[in-house]
Amino acid sequence: MDKQKYIDDLKDIKDIMNRSSRFISLSGLSGISAGIIALVTAYLAYANVYAGQNYLVDRRVSVTPEMFYKLIGIGAAAIVLALFAGIFFTARKARANNEKIWDRHTQGLILNLAIPLVTGGLVCLMLLLRGYVGLVAPLTLVFYGLALVHMSKYTLSEIRSLGILEIILGLISFWYVGYGLIFWAIGFGVLHIVYGIYMYVRGDK
Amino acid sequence: MKKILANLNKAFENKVRLGIMSALMVNEHMDFTALKELLDLTDGNLASHLKNLEKKEFISIQKEFLNRKPNTKYSITPSGKNAFVKHIKAIEQLLK
Repeated sequence: MDKQKYIDDLKDIKDIMNRSSRFISLSGLSGISAGIIALVTAYLAYANVYAGQNYLVDRRVSVTPEMFYKLIGIGAAAIVLALFAGIFFTARKARANNEKIWDRHTQGLILNLAIPLVTGGLVCLMLLLRGYVGLVAPLTLVFYGLALVHMSKYTLSEIRSLGILEIILGLISFWYVGYGLIFWAIGFGVLHIVYGIYMYVRGDK
Repeated sequence: MKKILANLNKAFENKVRLGIMSALMVNEHMDFTALKELLDLTDGNLASHLKNLEKKEFISIQKEFLNRKPNTKYSITPSGKNAFVKHIKAIEQLLK
């Protein structure tokens, strides 16, 4: 009995199943860049909101309409920047892997990421407009985590555990309203960087 | 042992047919070009193996027009799925 042939067969089956149904070129560098951008953004938001306050004594936050739009602007700029950096590194890896950046796999991936993400974004926007600022950070983490878990079927399996960590972090931060920015920095900054490095070491060349 | 060998399917001994079945197991359907690129085959080679699997009724074919060009979609049949799962299980048994 030629065992080696069957071992090879099983390896082929697994490989083809993965290649034909998942987008495997998600780059670790995309995660690292998104993480760094998130940390810078969190710092900028912090510097703006708590400017001139002794945060050890007084943690009250008053957000004026002017400040509100400034924060929204910073956040939007960060999202756009992170998206561009993410697409750049992933496209580079896809070219190296001879994988297409825009085919039905990536379309499925983006659609599945977008459904929970857009839902969460709209919920957060409505809460912001109603003045429930404290709930926004926990909710963005939870919705982002759900979106990652949902899209992990179509890409590298590590994304699933990253999503679960984001959900847990979001749930914890519901209990500590007022520290949202710190949780936000951990979830979008630190976790992305840690996962990015891990994925880069494992998969990128 | 004999029972295990009976579950191994001759149709899947071939690398190309094994590849086609693996891809169709995890995709609702795939067209000819996608399969060709995935498995890195020539038209003739892929076509003959697809025909073979179709004759055994392990895969089904659906022809349609996409932007006025003919497009052939392949998908796995229930009996194909069944036979392939049996085949993989038999391999796993053998390797135990």
